[in-house]
Amino acid sequence: MYSEKVMDHFEHPRNVGELENANGVGTVGNPKCGDIMKMYLDIEDGIIKDVRFKTFGCGAAVATSSMATELIKGLTVEQALKVTNKAVMEALDGLPPAKVHCSVLAEEAIHAAIADYYMRQGMEFESDKLCGGCCKECDCEEEHSHEE
Amino acid sequence: MKQFIYMDNAATTRVHPEVLQAMLPYFGEEYGNPSSLYSFANGAKNAIEEARAKIANAIGAQANEIYFTACGTESDNWAVKGCAYANAARGKHIITTAIEHHAILHTMKTLEKEGFEVTYLPVDEYGRIRVEDFQQAIRPDTILVSIMYANNEIGVIEPIAEIGKICREKKIYFHTDAVQAVGHLRIDVKELNVDMLSASAHKFYGPKGVGFLYIRRGVRIQNFMDGGAQERGRRAGTENVAEIVGMGKAIELAYTDFEEKISYISRLRDRLIDGILNTIPFTRLNGPRENRLCNNVNVSFQFIEGESILLMLDLRGIAASSGSACATGSLDPSHVLLGIGLPHEIAHGSIRLSLGEFSTQEEVDAVIAALQEIVPKLRDMSPLYEGVERR
Repeated sequence: MYSEKVMDHFEHPRNVGELENANGVGTVGNPKCGDIMKMYLDIEDGIIKDVRFKTFGCGAAVATSSMATELIKGLTVEQALKVTNKAVMEALDGLPPAKVHCSVLAEEAIHAAIADYYMRQGMEFESDKLCGGCCKECDCEEEHSHEE
Repeated sequence: MKQFIYMDNAATTRVHPEVLQAMLPYFGEEYGNPSSLYSFANGAKNAIEEARAKIANAIGAQANEIYFTACGTESDNWAVKGCAYANAARGKHIITTAIEHHAILHTMKTLEKEGFEVTYLPVDEYGRIRVEDFQQAIRPDTILVSIMYANNEIGVIEPIAEIGKICREKKIYFHTDAVQAVGHLRIDVKELNVDMLSASAHKFYGPKGVGFLYIRRGVRIQNFMDGGAQERGRRAGTENVAEIVGMGKAIELAYTDFEEKISYISRLRDRLIDGILNTIPFTRLNGPRENRLCNNVNVSFQFIEGESILLMLDLRGIAASSGSACATGSLDPSHVLLGIGLPHEIAHGSIRLSLGEFSTQEEVDAVIAALQEIVPKLRDMSPLYEGVERR
């Protein structure tokens, strides 16, 4: 069902845990849908110095969170915002169709954590990827721009 | 070799070696068509009639009330649709439960589209229907009741003897999906007042691809397949001879030393339940302690998700299944777990471990040990668990 990369990231998740000195923390998803991702960022001079995550969810949810943290570590905030759910999926050698929403959630978690960082800095930030629901199936009526 | 522990006997069982031996001649030299006239075909013909007699004997029926099908799903479809269509002139109301298998629920949805009205009885926190609810649901135009004997996910046994008695008094046809019950519970269709009963061989150490439907003599029901004269013309098509033979052997074996086997499996079940509930906090048993199938364990682990648990178990060579939706592609957890009132996030964290006569105490202990390692590992990763330990 899952690629070897997905299973590797599920079995040995990278950057799992909390970050005490995080200056950007975002949580997306909800328990009703069975997926919650929380991402912790330590941003210095506009660069993501460190990142951790915690996830409640299926194997794909854990693997996409783990891969997302790997992809954004060391990037500038602007670069991190350009990491799409598609990039996360490709880095994992693909996901089953029913699990695409997990990669969407990973992308949203990055945006939510960065939004929190901007807010703490007193800066303006707008993103159309802060839903926090689980897309399509949730009650959230906003439009999203995700690549399937 | 890496360990392999099979804890998914409610999904399917291993074919019993004696069942395999009984089937082999009918894949080989006994290839005659049971419908043929010449003596060469007598072997096949006699073999399937012997299987029919064994099945009838096991459930207290007459041999000519047993119809071979391809699976439990077919039996369910035939019973419900065939009976609804044949009796539509008398009424269009059907009663079932909210926790049936999809073979029943999706069949009901089809009938609803065709103008039938279906009442879905709710269940209590253990998954049992209330007989009072059932009585209140009966209408003058109720033609059919379909209530499962035992639930496939949480193992609860429904009070079908009481339901059967009421149905007989009110002259309403009563079907029971007994796919999880045959081979695991003593069954007497006369005592239960059942008019139709579905079963599937691979749930009791028989082969996949064969099942049966018991239809009491006198029940008005449409044919399932039109064609030749097989199954008295009601389910035409050349018989799946080898597997029918296998199903006959399997049901005979299932009810041999029955009490000993059931008490052995029940002991393993209780050891598994106690081992999990007593050593892992924030855990609950789904379904009742009593009135439960001997082989079923269904537990919820708070703060974590079922598919992750299954993958972790699989990495340790343990095969189990979940009430989580993740594997099925829908985001909603099992309708059975929601039906007993579990909140979504608890339902998402549920797994089913189902034992069989080939299970051992060592395997049960290994599963408990694996869960003791896996559950804290996943909880440490879960944002829902943050701060819980410190509370």
